[in-house]
Amino acid sequence: MSTFSYAVSDSLTMLRRNAKHALRYPAMTFSVVLMPMMMLLLFNYAFGGALGAGIAGAPTGGAGTGSGTEYIDYVAPGIILMAATSGAVATAVGVCVDMTEGIVNRFRTMSLSRAAFLTGHVVGSTVQTLAAIAVVIVAAVAMGFRPDASLVEWAAALGLLTLLTLALTWVSAAVGLIARTPESASNIPLPLTFLPFLGSAVVPTDSMPAGLRWFAEYQPFTPVIETLRGLLTGTGIGSSGYVAVAWCAGLTLAGYLWARSAFTRTTHR
Amino acid sequence: MTTTAISARGLRKSYGDKSVLNGIDLTIPKGSVFALLGPNGAGKTTTVEILSTLVAADAGEARIGGHDLRREAAAVRSLIGVTGQFAALDNLLTAEENLLLMADLRHLPRREGRRRAAELLRRFDLTEAARKPVSTFSGGMRRKLDLAMTLVGDPRIIFLDEPTTGLDPRSRRTMWEIIRDLVVADGVTVLLTTQYLEEADQLADRIAVLDHGRLVAEGTAEELKRIVPGGHIRLRFASLAELDSAAGQFRAAARDPEELTLRIPSDGSIPALRAVLDVLDDAAVQAESLTVHTPDLDDVFLTLTGHGTPDTTAEMAR
Repeated sequence: MSTFSYAVSDSLTMLRRNAKHALRYPAMTFSVVLMPMMMLLLFNYAFGGALGAGIAGAPTGGAGTGSGTEYIDYVAPGIILMAATSGAVATAVGVCVDMTEGIVNRFRTMSLSRAAFLTGHVVGSTVQTLAAIAVVIVAAVAMGFRPDASLVEWAAALGLLTLLTLALTWVSAAVGLIARTPESASNIPLPLTFLPFLGSAVVPTDSMPAGLRWFAEYQPFTPVIETLRGLLTGTGIGSSGYVAVAWCAGLTLAGYLWARSAFTRTTHR
Repeated sequence: MTTTAISARGLRKSYGDKSVLNGIDLTIPKGSVFALLGPNGAGKTTTVEILSTLVAADAGEARIGGHDLRREAAAVRSLIGVTGQFAALDNLLTAEENLLLMADLRHLPRREGRRRAAELLRRFDLTEAARKPVSTFSGGMRRKLDLAMTLVGDPRIIFLDEPTTGLDPRSRRTMWEIIRDLVVADGVTVLLTTQYLEEADQLADRIAVLDHGRLVAEGTAEELKRIVPGGHIRLRFASLAELDSAAGQFRAAARDPEELTLRIPSDGSIPALRAVLDVLDDAAVQAESLTVHTPDLDDVFLTLTGHGTPDTTAEMAR
């Protein structure tokens, strides 16, 4: 076998290992779904009425009282995206916990493809997060979210979500590698779960004060959210699509390089 | 290259301004067991980490199985197996799954992997626990499984970093048997580190004493014992009268009236022995028995490093 096919087979072995972990200990998968589900409930039922009233074109909110665009149609894409950030936290913790296991040092002394360990984690986490995203989409639809996307738009939306998940997962894999304890691994990516709120996830950026609005418009999550919202509910996308894809690709590359160098450097005892 | 498994020249490593290794030279012949003996913090683990490609040395070079450690790390990795101080297991998997994971990563064909896993479980007496998650295992079982995982890839050179630290005396004996068996049955080369003098004495062909990142002595257990004074000849007598008259002949001797024995400081060599017997003959004193005590490795360690080994003393007291 060639070096490349070894790398693929080692990565698959690592992926199988992570899949076994996830299936045997589903608590982590559950926690990935939990955060966006709480947000969905909170923003649809608790804040939906007030927030929906403030958003033009979404005059009613809450548990679906009337005509026009529901607030859930505005907020659902943002919260679906939060499932990806929630998955990022789980990845960082998962990688960090795994690094504290002696088996990682064993892996390093074996002649296996260097990236296999990380690839296994990242692909595993991406699948886990996409499953969580699917659950959140179903829940949103059950609560009244009515996307009008065509099949192609759905495919594009899922593609973008996959790309975003991949980007966040690589970055958080690196975070998991540099974090000294699982606690700090879960704390470091917290700003990541907060960023969508400082973008257009729950309210449009126009409603924000000038400084914050400037930040909101240029941070990576806003174009991703705008693109998702456009694809799923037919609002305008403009240049957001390209910006979103560029951000995701850039973050994936940066996260990958960072994680690789962190993995080569760290030795946990 | 054909007879040397591990050779190292001038290995140095420091973490920050703390120097851990200050130039280590090692030559370990194929098929032998070599023990690095030293107290905590002597640099044993760092030496293993460097030689097993986990950590890069700041200076110095080493060849493992004929491959340069720095330039041919991948080739080195395919030859070695490492069982570290802390069990390198996947706690969320079962014993069998752990072994199969290793087999997959060693790119063994599936059937060969299963065969090898089953064989190792049998050899290490883990067959009954094969389907249980490793998190439920005792310390001794974990260490055995750890070594079994190392053996899946059929390594030619095995690093064992403190293989019995923290094990109860019984598990320690089992581990010793396994290690001896490895060398006899598989012909592998073993570099082990230990704080236990008894362990080095029991297992190793050659022993190097490591202290503060320096090798302070190297040789067989016997050679090491010989460089240290502190041996003695012990004479036992039938009566107190005979003991006393013998004691009168040897100025430096220590008498023990309870045991009716006399301890005479000596290096235990034949001329020294003959001299003692001549003195007894001249004085016409009959000794019941004579034993020669050569210093044990504890004495060696104390002499070489100028300080004791508290961990070992505590351990021996158990």
